[in-house]
Amino acid sequence: MASRLIPSAGQYLRLANRLRQHVRTKATAPSPAATTSEGAPSGGRGYSFELTDEQREFQDLARKFAREEIIPVAPHHDKTGEYPVPVLKKAWELGLMNGHIPADCGGMDLGIFDTCMITEELAYGCTGIQTAIEANSLGQMPVIIAGNAEQKKKYLGRMTEEPLMCAYGVTEPGAGSDVAGIKTKAVKKGDEYILNGQKMWITNGGHANWYFVLARTSDDPKMPAGKAFTGFIVDRDWEGVTPGRKEWNMGQRASDTRGITFEDVRVPAENVLGAEGVGFKIAMGAFDKTRPPVAAGATGLAQRALDEATKYSLERKTMGKYIAEHQAVAFMLAEMAIMVETSRLLTQRSAWEIDQGRRNTYFASIAKAYAGDAANKCATDAVQIFGGNGFNSDYPVEKLMRDAKIYQIYEGTAQIQRLIISREMLAKAKQTQW
Amino acid sequence: MWPIFDYGRFVSIISSSDVYGVVWMRSLAQLHKMANLRVLVGVKRVIDYAVKIRVKPDNSGVVTDGVKHSMNPFCEIAMEEAVRLKEKKLAKEIIAVSCGPAQAQETIRTALAMGADRGIHVEVTGKEYENMTPLHVSKIMAKLAQDQEANLVILGKQSIDGDNNQTGQMTAALLDWPQATFASEVTKENDHLKVVREIDGGLETVKVTLPAVITADLRLNEPRYATLPNIMKAKKKKIAKHKAADFGVDLTPTLEVVGVEDPPVRQAGQKVESTEELVAKLKDSGVV
Repeated sequence: MASRLIPSAGQYLRLANRLRQHVRTKATAPSPAATTSEGAPSGGRGYSFELTDEQREFQDLARKFAREEIIPVAPHHDKTGEYPVPVLKKAWELGLMNGHIPADCGGMDLGIFDTCMITEELAYGCTGIQTAIEANSLGQMPVIIAGNAEQKKKYLGRMTEEPLMCAYGVTEPGAGSDVAGIKTKAVKKGDEYILNGQKMWITNGGHANWYFVLARTSDDPKMPAGKAFTGFIVDRDWEGVTPGRKEWNMGQRASDTRGITFEDVRVPAENVLGAEGVGFKIAMGAFDKTRPPVAAGATGLAQRALDEATKYSLERKTMGKYIAEHQAVAFMLAEMAIMVETSRLLTQRSAWEIDQGRRNTYFASIAKAYAGDAANKCATDAVQIFGGNGFNSDYPVEKLMRDAKIYQIYEGTAQIQRLIISREMLAKAKQTQW
Repeated sequence: MWPIFDYGRFVSIISSSDVYGVVWMRSLAQLHKMANLRVLVGVKRVIDYAVKIRVKPDNSGVVTDGVKHSMNPFCEIAMEEAVRLKEKKLAKEIIAVSCGPAQAQETIRTALAMGADRGIHVEVTGKEYENMTPLHVSKIMAKLAQDQEANLVILGKQSIDGDNNQTGQMTAALLDWPQATFASEVTKENDHLKVVREIDGGLETVKVTLPAVITADLRLNEPRYATLPNIMKAKKKKIAKHKAADFGVDLTPTLEVVGVEDPPVRQAGQKVESTEELVAKLKDSGVV
C-alpha cells in the first residue's frame, strides 16, 4: 500500500544518488589524526591531528574514486558475486592498490597511516571490493617483512608492473584461530619442498597470481609453534595447485573467497621466506601491519552506515516531523557517531604506532576489535533507522549489515583480539610496580 | 613578395637571395615553434560543485568559511586538454596559474598532479579577493602569457561561482590574440588550431592561428584522476609566488556587489481537473 509519504524505491535511489555525491559535512568529516609525514604542523606541542597537504590529496583521490567508481557498481557485484576486475584495474592504475610496496620494487612505500586513510575511503564505497584490494596487502606483507632481495623483486615487482592479485593462505578447514594447529605439510626433498594440504576462506583465492602459504615443516609434535612452521611463496601456475569453487558468503560478495588444495606441489627452496621454521612469526608479524587497515575498512563501513542513516532521517517524516527530530532516532545517530569517531582514532593510533617503528600489537588489536563491533552496531542501527525500507534490498543499508559481520571474524576473531589485548596488558601489568 | 607569417602578423619582404635564406630558416623555426606549444592554463579555486550554497545572513555574499573548495570543473577540463596536448607531443610545457589566497596553492597542486610542469600563484587576499573581477584576472593572465612566452592559453569557459564567461574573451582581447570559446574539440593542423565550438544553433568549426586563447566547454574531454604517484611527484614541482602588482595590475574594484539573495522558493502548484479549467485559470492569471 503505497502512500505519498513513503518515498518509492526509485525516488529514494534518485535522491540518494544525488546526495551520495555530497561530500561529508564538517560534522562527520574524519577527524584528522597524528601524522608521520614531514611538514605536519604540531606547533611543537607533540601530538598533532593535522594531515599534510599530500595526505589530504590522497584522501580526496580515494574519496572521489569511491564515490564515482565503486559505489555505482557495488550493488551489481553484491548481487552477482562477479569479481570487480574493472574497478580493481582502475584502482591499480591510480596507485590506490599496493601502496606499501617498497620503492625499490616499484612501489610507493606508503606508511600504514596513509594506507589506512585510503582504505577507509574505499571501504566507504564497498567493503567487498576493498577487501579484494586489502587481501593483496595481506599476501604481500610476509614478503615485505621477511623476503630477501630476489623474492621481493620477483613477487612484489610484478605486482607493480601489472594489475595482479595475490593471497594469504594460512586458514584451513580445520584451523582458523588455532594457527598452530594447521595441518598443511611441507616435506623437504633435496632442493625442494613437497607441499600437501588444504587451505580455506582464502580471499582472492581464485584470482591470485601467487600465494603466501604457511605449512608445517616439523614432524615433532612437541616442537613449539615458533619453530615448527615455514612460510612459502607458491605460484598459482605450479602443478598441484587447485583453487576450489567460489564460496557464496553472507556479505562482501564482490570479494572472491575459496578453498585451495595443494597436492604434491613442488616448491623450490628459494621460495622459502626467511628460513625454515620461522613461518609462524612471519605470519603473525604481518598482522601488526594489516590489522590497522582492516580496522580502517570497518570504520569506512560504519561511516557509510552513519551517512546513509543521517540522510534518510532528514528526509523521512513520521508523526509530523522528520525522524531525525525524534530523540530516539537522534540518539541512535549520536551513538553511531561516537562509534565512528572512536574507531577512527583507534585505527589512526595503531597505524601511527607501527609507522613510528614501535610494536603496535596492543593498539592494533584494540582497533580491530572495536572497529569490528562498531561496524556491526552502526550497520544494524542504520537498518533500524531505515525501518521497513532498511530490510529491503533496494536500499543500501541491508548490504552494509551483511558486509559488516565478517569484521568480527576475519583477521583475528573478536575473541582472539580480546585474548591478545588481555595478554598484552597483563604482561605489562606484571612489570608495573603498583 | 614572400609573405611570412610571424605570429599571425604580415611581414613583407624584399626578394633577395640573402633574405630568401632567412625566410627558409624562419619558416623552419616557425614550424618548430608551432610543434612545441607552451600552454598557460588558468585554474580557479571555487566552492565544490556538490556543496549546497548558503547565503550569508547579511546578504553580502555566500558562506565560504569551512566549506569544501575544489578546482572549477571547467578548469579541470582545460587542464586535461593541456595534458593531452603534451601527451601528443604538441605541447612542451604546461604552466598552471591561479589567482587567490594561500589555499589556491592546493588547486595548483592538483593541476601539477594532473600533469602541469610548474605553477604560478598570484596571491590575492581578503577584500581584494572578494572584489576581484574577470577584468583583473584577464589583465594578469595577459601579462603572464607575455612574460612566460606562452603561445596558447586554455581557460575554462566560466567559473561555477562567478558564471561570468568573460575571462577568456577579455584575455584574448588584451593580448590581441584570436579566441575560440566553448571548445568541444581541439585539433592541431599545421600552423593553426581547428576548434569545434558549441553554440546555441549547434556546432561551429573555426580555425585560429597561434598564439590563441581557448576556453573549454563541458564536452571537450573527461578529466583524469590524478594518480597517487603523480600526487607525490607534484610535491617536487615548483610554484612561483607573485602579487598582482608584479604585473602592473591594480586590483581596485570596478564593481560593487550590492546584495546576494537566495533564489525565490518554488511556489506550490495547483491541480486542475480538466483542460478547460486549466485554460480558465491561465486566462485568469493573465498568462494567456
